[in-house]
Amino acid sequence: MSEKMVFYQGNEACAEGALYAGCNFFAGYPITPSTEVAEFLARRLPKQGGAFIQMEDEIAAMAAVIGASLTGAKSITATSGPGMSLKLENLGFACITEVPCVIVNVMRGGPSTGLPTGPSQSDVMQARWGTHGDHPAIALAPDSVQEIFTETVRAFNLAERLRTPVILLTDEIIGHMREKFTIPGEGEIEIWDRPRPTVPPEEYKPYDTSEGIIPPMADFGSGYRFHVTGLNHDETGFPTNIPSLVEPEERRLMAKVTENLDIIEKYEYMEKKGSKVGIVSFGSSARSTRSAIAMAGESGTSVDFLRLVTLWPFPSHVVNEMADKLDLIIVPEMNLGQMIEEVERSAGGKTEVIGVNRVDGEPITPDQILEKIREVS
Amino acid sequence: MAFDYDQYMRPGKLPHIWCPGCAHGIVMKSIIRAIDREQLDKDNTVIVSGIGCASRMPGYVDFNTLHTTHGRALGFATGVKMAKPSMDVIVVSGDGDALAIGGNHFIHSCRRNINITLIVFNNNIYGMTGGQFSPTTPHGRLASTTPYGNPDYAFDVVDLAMGAGASYVARGTAYHTVPLTRLIADGIAHRGFSVIDALCTCPTTYGRRNKLGSATDMLLWFKGNTVGKKIVDKKPEKAEGKIITGVFRQDEKPEYCDEYAKIIEKVSD
Repeated sequence: MSEKMVFYQGNEACAEGALYAGCNFFAGYPITPSTEVAEFLARRLPKQGGAFIQMEDEIAAMAAVIGASLTGAKSITATSGPGMSLKLENLGFACITEVPCVIVNVMRGGPSTGLPTGPSQSDVMQARWGTHGDHPAIALAPDSVQEIFTETVRAFNLAERLRTPVILLTDEIIGHMREKFTIPGEGEIEIWDRPRPTVPPEEYKPYDTSEGIIPPMADFGSGYRFHVTGLNHDETGFPTNIPSLVEPEERRLMAKVTENLDIIEKYEYMEKKGSKVGIVSFGSSARSTRSAIAMAGESGTSVDFLRLVTLWPFPSHVVNEMADKLDLIIVPEMNLGQMIEEVERSAGGKTEVIGVNRVDGEPITPDQILEKIREVS
Repeated sequence: MAFDYDQYMRPGKLPHIWCPGCAHGIVMKSIIRAIDREQLDKDNTVIVSGIGCASRMPGYVDFNTLHTTHGRALGFATGVKMAKPSMDVIVVSGDGDALAIGGNHFIHSCRRNINITLIVFNNNIYGMTGGQFSPTTPHGRLASTTPYGNPDYAFDVVDLAMGAGASYVARGTAYHTVPLTRLIADGIAHRGFSVIDALCTCPTTYGRRNKLGSATDMLLWFKGNTVGKKIVDKKPEKAEGKIITGVFRQDEKPEYCDEYAKIIEKVSD
């Protein structure tokens, strides 16, 4: 297929990106403001021989996504706030069993039912620590319709390459906003598949790391019979509570992320000469930030901008370097201060960090950010 | 010649975790014999479970096995089946796993009529956590969380499956192993969602507390207190005070993956 220009909303771009990445399975449950992802895939997946299923609840949907992935499918689910809370149970299962899958959270206001049709960025910490226990986390936060497409493709690639669930963290604004964007032609973005075993079935161990930190994963039904459990397990996949076997596996799950930052981390740093103030933002708040920085520039104030695309793992080293140069960092986010805690931690007290926050269901405006820039400049 | 169970067992995984006198091993053997009768290909068979005593069974047997989260086995199994409909999918679950925390998945799997066979190891108690009452603990019985008698009422697995639309519904017991094997095998052979209520026993955390006698006494109780469905159909008065066993429903009904395959065929590019 060749390159194609379309006019899509973010949720549709997400679904299109999933298909581009080779997704052939969706399980979900209706929830505003993410439902268009499901509706799009309900139409498109059967046309190309894939499967779509609406489950009885979010928990079952997440379970089905993992079950499908174990057969070799590339699978995805999409949800929002209250639904994400329910996904978390089996998200942890996907972490410990190392089953690739993509979970889209189109953020809305909360807690609980909150503001179903209002935008929010209040699931930042949930994306990192939502499911219980120590676990790795990857969360990608695009800020445009085009980028929702490319980051969905990247989410699948990372999930497959690292054998771990990946969260795509968008919000109601970019999920529902329509923009012109380009669907790349086939082959323009590299598509990755999970490593599969090359040893004969009788020698296969599902968590064998002799070849590297990411163990090859066989498909159910391919002749490699193996056991999968949410209990701590050894390299054979069977449960163990032997301390000397449990801890290395727990650490390896984390190391899959920390040792692969080169392919996971993604951000844009827009540095201005002589600036003493910088902004760290992501998602739709980054769009307002961009306008605010342009307006400040017109009146002669330079402001640096770190836009995060990968939220988790958090790029502390980048913020730390930023803090060396700047007197102050502003963190606009549609919550009462979540990412700011990571920014403060990363800045290590070298610079002041202040937030611009909004939780009334309306976007943070460029004027709000500009006002803060003027206040501190 | 004695049946060779070893051909379906994973070497080195026994002894199992089940207590002495537990009937789960008997149900496991019936499942293995049923799989053998249906000549399922080990590579093409997935056995899925949730959490609890019964849910440890997949670890012992040599198939593609998936031990998941509490109550969610049917959700995982549905994903496996939808993504690879050619695979044979069997779910094993306890009464708490299948009917309390997994109750929603149970009824919707029945309604969906997806070709999965569910065997409920129904021993009326949460055994693994030490004997708390479950959705099939009879009214008045003692459990660690009903120290003064169970004020709750029990689900009837067969009634629930029938009401929710399962197309194959049966009940057997760990005492009647030959019929139980047949009921499970027929469930596997059935194209649609099959529920087999496998009555079994937990002498350690249920029998002892309720003074139901030894492990053997508890199994023998099934002998004297059950009656076959075929007998009851002819003589309804025989059901008086008894648990009915046998096949309650075996209907031809369009299967979910078959229906979805028709959609794919209709709309595919």
